[in-house]
Amino acid sequence: MSDPTFQRISSEITQNPVMLYMKGNAMFPQCGFSARVVQILTHLGVPFKTANVLEDPALRDGIKQFSNWPTIPQLYVKGEFIGGCDIVTEMFQSGELTTLLAEKGITHEAAA
Amino acid sequence: MAMAASEIEALIKAALPDARVAIEDLAGDGDHYAATVVSDHFRGKSRVQQHQLVFAALRGRMGGELHALALQTSAPE
Repeated sequence: MSDPTFQRISSEITQNPVMLYMKGNAMFPQCGFSARVVQILTHLGVPFKTANVLEDPALRDGIKQFSNWPTIPQLYVKGEFIGGCDIVTEMFQSGELTTLLAEKGITHEAAA
Repeated sequence: MAMAASEIEALIKAALPDARVAIEDLAGDGDHYAATVVSDHFRGKSRVQQHQLVFAALRGRMGGELHALALQTSAPE
């Protein structure tokens, strides 16, 4: 894909083991769904990088096409699309998210 | 902008005829819903793929006209 936004996303999800596309940033999420995913990742103590789709209309549209997913937030782990807020919440509650992160070799510390 | 719950259900059932669909209007504003969808079409699929089937059924309304639809999907036990 030669689309510059797709190229940007490809390189971000490759370079950052846990990459979150969201509205706002980790310190100031601007949507409740984005805030919830930030809260879960913070609780698990995993390092993650965020991209704010509100600052970049091309990214906001591009990520939806890239993932074939109509909503924000979107979580990628080691280049793999994990899901949006509902899936991440469901996986966190069932313990699957912790297992997935461990399997992917992402170190997490116990919650502070 | 808002969508009726019956319309959401009809679209899902049109694409997944066997689906059991339960929809809750979370805020009473016709704009924030939670849906539980149980269909045999979901068997053997990842959650992402299951949700993508529902989004496809909603034909582009999700994320636009339909602002918030919390989704829970599963195959029948």
